[in-house]
Amino acid sequence: MNSVAVIDYGMGNLRSVSKALEHVSPDASVRVTNDPKVIAESDRVVFPGVGALPEAMAELKRLSLDKLIIDLVKEKPFLGICLGMQALFDSGEENGGCDALGILPGTVNHFGQNRADKRGHRLKVPHMGWSMLDLKQDHPMWHGVAPGSRFYFVHSYFVVAEQADTIAGVCDYGGEFCAAVAAPNIFAVQFHPEKSQALGLRILDNFMQWNGQ
Amino acid sequence: MALAKRIIPCLDVDNGRVVKGVQFVDIRDAGDPVEVARRYDAQGADELVFLDITASHEGRDTIVHVVEQVSSEIFIPLTVGGGIRAVDDVGRMLKAGADKVGINTAAIIDPDLVRRAADKYGAQCIVVAVDARCVSAEGELPRWQIYTHGGRKETGIDVIDWVQRMEQYGAGEILLTSMDRDGTKDGFDLELTRSVSDSVGIPVIASGGVGSLPHLVDGVTRGHADAVLAASIFHYGEYSVGEAKQFMAAAGIEVRL
Repeated sequence: MNSVAVIDYGMGNLRSVSKALEHVSPDASVRVTNDPKVIAESDRVVFPGVGALPEAMAELKRLSLDKLIIDLVKEKPFLGICLGMQALFDSGEENGGCDALGILPGTVNHFGQNRADKRGHRLKVPHMGWSMLDLKQDHPMWHGVAPGSRFYFVHSYFVVAEQADTIAGVCDYGGEFCAAVAAPNIFAVQFHPEKSQALGLRILDNFMQWNGQ
Repeated sequence: MALAKRIIPCLDVDNGRVVKGVQFVDIRDAGDPVEVARRYDAQGADELVFLDITASHEGRDTIVHVVEQVSSEIFIPLTVGGGIRAVDDVGRMLKAGADKVGINTAAIIDPDLVRRAADKYGAQCIVVAVDARCVSAEGELPRWQIYTHGGRKETGIDVIDWVQRMEQYGAGEILLTSMDRDGTKDGFDLELTRSVSDSVGIPVIASGGVGSLPHLVDGVTRGHADAVLAASIFHYGEYSVGEAKQFMAAAGIEVRL
């Protein structure tokens, strides 16, 4: 049986993620857990989260999940969502700065208070709502997703990925930012597939079938 | 192309049932929050707001079950407001499956609640709901104050000062209702909406007064709202959310179609 662990480290609404996974894979075993053994046994892992990166990193360390995640992305398909994407990178500038997992090279920066669109209108932060995604790679996780589809975002920080070839999708919010990254076994998105209606569910469905390559 | 303006149907929930007459003729149980949510989701609603108006203390937990049920089946963002008094209430709603929690009166009584809730759960899930009334005399520069108790009780707090303070405290969004316009179908108080939206750096949802589709357009183009909320025009089947979006798109507003 296809099994997926949703890592529970106390950051945000995990119920929606697990319910959405159950919705797309009614036969799969979906477990919301912080038990390293359960996570290690699962076929695939979802790493969700909303909130602040420093608190998230502190919780991951407290639960000894940081090293576990660094190891398991070498072995099995891994989906990072929102904060779960940001945490994969080297460091963030939130609340004075913090180190993150360092699995992918890059930083996590704030949108800033003076962000404006092309016509000079001030843009609100958080970036909250449905924005268009520009796909940068042909990837199994994008099956059934048309370029320019809209997904639900809610975030004030964004990833600056150092390796351009890992960028799987970008979005524009007063300038282009990295909205999805892909690496062997790793796929991570800044938006919330579990809150992005049919197309978001499609991405979760793709993940449940992805072999990590 | 950029961020779409959001269209948000709002549902009043009393003891676990949708009230204020949602009238979809072809829905079996218009009082069932899941059925109503499913309908709006199918129409293309960008988010849903559930406002718990349960008066009795014993009925309070019913909204938790509503949120659990809806979030198990409907995969769009869900905001829940009404009766939120403590940080634990926020946590309970998020755990049940809400994405954002609206705080209204409790923020007036204890403004620091907003800071504590945002520190614990992140600004992105804290919506400060503001009920405003115009208090300036004709000919004066317009001023608005915060009202509570369904617009009956004045607080003496200036709306612009308040929303800026709430932003500093960590609110991630403002849900702004004009109590002068609420239920009138005369359209949003555009001057209020624009004044609030231009004075904060966080998104503002305009609410109160929508009676027609041009009102939604005005809320965005003239009111500078980031999202528009409406209840009766959708509940009574006058317009579907899809029709509202088509109308807004035709007026040059970016929406998710």
